[in-house]
Amino acid sequence: MSGTLQICDTTLRDGNHAVGHQLGAQDIGAYARAAEAAGVDVVEVGHGNGLGASSIQVGIAAISDAEMLRAAKAELRRSRLGVLSIPGFASIERDLKPALDCGVDEVRVGAHCTEADVTRQQITMLRAMGVTVKGMLLMSHMASAKKLVEQAQLMQDYGAEAVVLMDSAGAYTPRKVREKVGELVDKLDIAVGFHAHNNLGLSVVNSMTAMEAGATIVDVTARGFGAGAGNAPIELVAANLHVEQAETRISLFGALDAADTAEERFVKHVPTNDSVTIASGIAGVFSGFAAPVRRAARRFAVDPREILLELGERRVVAGQEDTIIEVAMRLAAERTPGDLPPHTSADHI
Amino acid sequence: MRTPEHPAPLRTAVVGTGNIGTDLLLKIETSPLLTCVLFAGRRAESPGLEVARGRGVATSTDGIEAVVEAGDDIDLVFDATSAADATRHWDLVEPLGLPFIDLTPANRGTFCVPALNLEDCVEEQYLSMVTCGGQAAVPMAQCITRVAGHVDYLEIVSASASASVGPASRANLDEYVHTTEQATSEFCDATRTKTVLIINPADPGIVMRNSIAVSTTERVDLDALRDAVTTMEKQIRSYVPGYRVVVPPVATGDRYMLTVEVEGRGDHFPRYAGNLDIITCAAVAAAEARAGRGRS
Repeated sequence: MSGTLQICDTTLRDGNHAVGHQLGAQDIGAYARAAEAAGVDVVEVGHGNGLGASSIQVGIAAISDAEMLRAAKAELRRSRLGVLSIPGFASIERDLKPALDCGVDEVRVGAHCTEADVTRQQITMLRAMGVTVKGMLLMSHMASAKKLVEQAQLMQDYGAEAVVLMDSAGAYTPRKVREKVGELVDKLDIAVGFHAHNNLGLSVVNSMTAMEAGATIVDVTARGFGAGAGNAPIELVAANLHVEQAETRISLFGALDAADTAEERFVKHVPTNDSVTIASGIAGVFSGFAAPVRRAARRFAVDPREILLELGERRVVAGQEDTIIEVAMRLAAERTPGDLPPHTSADHI
Repeated sequence: MRTPEHPAPLRTAVVGTGNIGTDLLLKIETSPLLTCVLFAGRRAESPGLEVARGRGVATSTDGIEAVVEAGDDIDLVFDATSAADATRHWDLVEPLGLPFIDLTPANRGTFCVPALNLEDCVEEQYLSMVTCGGQAAVPMAQCITRVAGHVDYLEIVSASASASVGPASRANLDEYVHTTEQATSEFCDATRTKTVLIINPADPGIVMRNSIAVSTTERVDLDALRDAVTTMEKQIRSYVPGYRVVVPPVATGDRYMLTVEVEGRGDHFPRYAGNLDIITCAAVAAAEARAGRGRS
C-alpha cells in the first residue's frame, strides 16, 4: 500500500438499498456527523441507485435528493459530500445542478462496465464546471481486465480524476481483484478505487487486496450496511488499516463509533450471508436485487435461487428490476402448467 | 407532378447514417408511398453508406449541406443525427419549407406519436418523433391515465440492447430523458413523470423492454384497462408487428404497472433491436400520412 488512502463512506447511499431507500434526514445527519468525526474522506449520500433514481422501478425514497444532501452537508467540515450519478437515471439539468446547489463536493458518474461512453456528457460537463468528478464501472465482474482498462481510459479521457471498480454483485475473488485492479493501476494515469460487496464473504479481504494492488480509494459502509449481503464494513477496514499502519485520515475509534451509531439508529439487520445473497454472488446478479427477488419468490411460490440463476444467465444489470417479476411468473407457470391468474399482483412494485 | 389519384412516392432525404438512419432507410424502401432520394452523413466510413449504395440510393458525406443543395428535388427531410445537429439542421431546412421529421431528442417541433395524434399533427412542418422509449411507452401510459382519469406519478423505464444504441444516442441520454418526460406530460394526465433508460450489455441483445408504472389515488378499473391496453397493442402492431404486452396490467395497492416488448423486423439490426423499429416505423407512418393525404 502506497500513498494516502482515500476512504469513501457509502453508508448513506448503498445502505439505502438495505432499507428500501427509507433513510430519513435525522439519521442521515447523525451518521454524517459520525463519519466526519471518524475522518472519512468522502461521505456519499442518496438513493441507492444515485441521484434521480427514486422510482417505482427501483424504489421510492423517503425524502428527496435535496433533503438528503442538505441533511448531510450541514454536518460535514473536512469530509467531502459525494453523490452517485448514473446517466439514464440522473440528468444534469434535473438532478446534478440542483445537487451541486446543495453543496455536493464531488460526483461519481457511473455506468455499466462496458458502457463508459454514456458518461461522457456528464463527466465533461462537470469537469468544465470545476467539480471533482470520478468514474464508476458498475458490475465490473462482467468484463475482462482488458475491457475494463479500455472503458476506464475513456473516463480518464473525458476528465475523470479517478475510476472506481464496483463489485456490484459481490462476485470477485481476491485473485480477480488483484488481476483487474492491478491492470487498471498499471495502465491509467489517474487513481483507482474498489467498491466491494460481501456476497461471497470476501468484502474485507477484497478491499485489502485492492489496496495492495495499488488502489488508493476504497469504499466502505458502517456494519457493511448496503445492498444484498452488504459492503466492506468501515470498522473492519479501519481495523485492518490500523494493523497494517497504513497512511490514512481515518481514526480507528472514530470508525468503530460511526458503525455503532449506524447500528443504534438505522441498521435494522446487520447484513449477513444467506442462500439468496450467496446465489446472487455466484450468479453475478446485482446485490440490490436480493429484496425484490425474495418478494417475487414468495408471491409466486418459486425458489429465489432459481430466479437469481436465471437472471444471471440473462445478464441483467441494475435498473432491470422489472425482469424479476417476469422470470418469477415464468418459473411458476413452468411448474404448474396453465394460465396465470388474471390481475396477478406484482409484489415488487 | 403527382396527383391525389396517382401520387408519385414522396421523395425523402435522410440525414444521419448511423443505426437509426440506416434502419429508417430500409423501412422507407419498403413503403409504396415513399422513396429515399438522398442518404447523407458525415463519416465516410459509416457502414450505413455502403448499405445505401448497395440499394442504388444516392449518398453524400456532406451531411445537411447536401440536402439543402438538393432541396428542389426533395419533398421531406428525416433527421437521424444527434440533438445538437438536428437543431442546427432545422434552421437550414425551415426556410426551404420542407417538412422535417426529427428522430433525435432535439425536442423543438410538435410531438408525433402515430398511435395517439397522427391526424392532428400531420400538417406541421416540424414533427418531433420523441424518443424510442417514448414511442413504445407513451401510448400505454396514456391508456392508464385515460382509464384512471388522473395519476399522481407516472414512470417509464426502457431497456435496450447495448449494440443497438449508437454513439449519438449515447451522447444524448440527458436529452432522451427530458424529451421523453416532456412528451409523457403532454400526452398523459399525470402530476409528475419520470423516465429511466437502461442500456443492457447482454450478448445476444435483449429485446427492447418498456415498463410503465403509475401511482394514483383514483380507482382504476383493471378490466377496462386491460381492454384499452389490448386495443392499443393492436393499433401499434399495425405499424410495428413485433410490439407486444408481456406483463399485462397488474396492481398492488395504489400502484399499477405493465410491460411491453418491442421486437423489430431485423432490417438493420437483429430482431431484438425493436428500439430502432419503434421510432423508424413511427417516422415512416408520419411521412406516409403526409404522402397519403388526399388519397382514399
